Amino acid sequence: MTPRLVALAVAALLLAQPASALAASCPRTSLAAMENEVMCLVCGVPLALADAPQAQRERAFITTMVRQCRSKHEIEAALVAQYGPRVLALPKASGFRLAAYLVPALAAAAVAGAIALVAARRRRPSPGRALADGPALDPRHAAKIDADLERYR
Amino acid sequence: MTARRLRPTAVLLAVLVGIGALIGLLVYGVRATGPGHTLDDAIARGERPAAPALALPALDGGGTRALAGYRGTVVVLNYWASWCTPCRQESPLLERWQRRIAGRGATVLGIDSLDVTADARAFIRRYHLTYPMWRDRDGATQHRFGVTGYPETLVVDRRGRIAALQRGPVDDAFLRRAVLPLLTEPA
Repeated sequence: MTPRLVALAVAALLLAQPASALAASCPRTSLAAMENEVMCLVCGVPLALADAPQAQRERAFITTMVRQCRSKHEIEAALVAQYGPRVLALPKASGFRLAAYLVPALAAAAVAGAIALVAARRRRPSPGRALADGPALDPRHAAKIDADLERYR
Repeated sequence: MTARRLRPTAVLLAVLVGIGALIGLLVYGVRATGPGHTLDDAIARGERPAAPALALPALDGGGTRALAGYRGTVVVLNYWASWCTPCRQESPLLERWQRRIAGRGATVLGIDSLDVTADARAFIRRYHLTYPMWRDRDGATQHRFGVTGYPETLVVDRRGRIAALQRGPVDDAFLRRAVLPLLTEPA
């Protein structure tokens, strides 16, 4: 290999590297990936499920930014700048919207607690519980039951 | 009362409180975000309810404006969006009315809602709209006026009361009926 060829190969490698890096990073997200993350505000459903004119315009807006090689985070920020924070399918954890996170968490904790409580009770019956439950048997009835049980042995 | 007998009652009470809190949260959420129909009912009865407070940024970026600043002026408040097909047919009519009433102490006031700013500006240029435009980017003010679709128009008298409303595109007959009588009323 001549020095000229080596120089050409090195130059080609250097030129190809930024182009391949750019190709690898663009597009950085897709319309399909964004559609489940944002809402159609007019319809009140995720954009993926909406076909209203406002949803179509929102899709076009996202598609333009995807082609501009914007990241998912950048596109979300641009959507919030245009439509406000309600455009995000997952609301921010502040104010009344905090309930969207707190209520399921508290409900799950309450259910888990109830299950744990019931399981613990079933696993460890307290000693003498049978005696504590209900009034004591009349001695005559107890004798009759014992006699009946003897017959079935 | 023993601790053992108290426990099921306490658990039941906690569950009931939890269910009550969830129902309360649901009711609050529905009331806070759902559309109201009290304005429609009041206007159908011939009343003029006070217009809810409204302060929004101007679409051209010239700062926040308030509806209260229009006291003494008849305001044709029009909720619209560039993607709304009926708005394309309605806007030229509103512009004609703006030219008609601007010198008589009245104005059309557009509220661009749930829209991309660049689209809204292009729409305004395309239809040569000259009346003031505000921007409600997430439609946060809509529920105050019971707005559920586009376009919708409310007519506010000189004393800041809603005198008429139209759920859907306005026509010339509605504007004649709703706006012209207000022009002769004192402030």
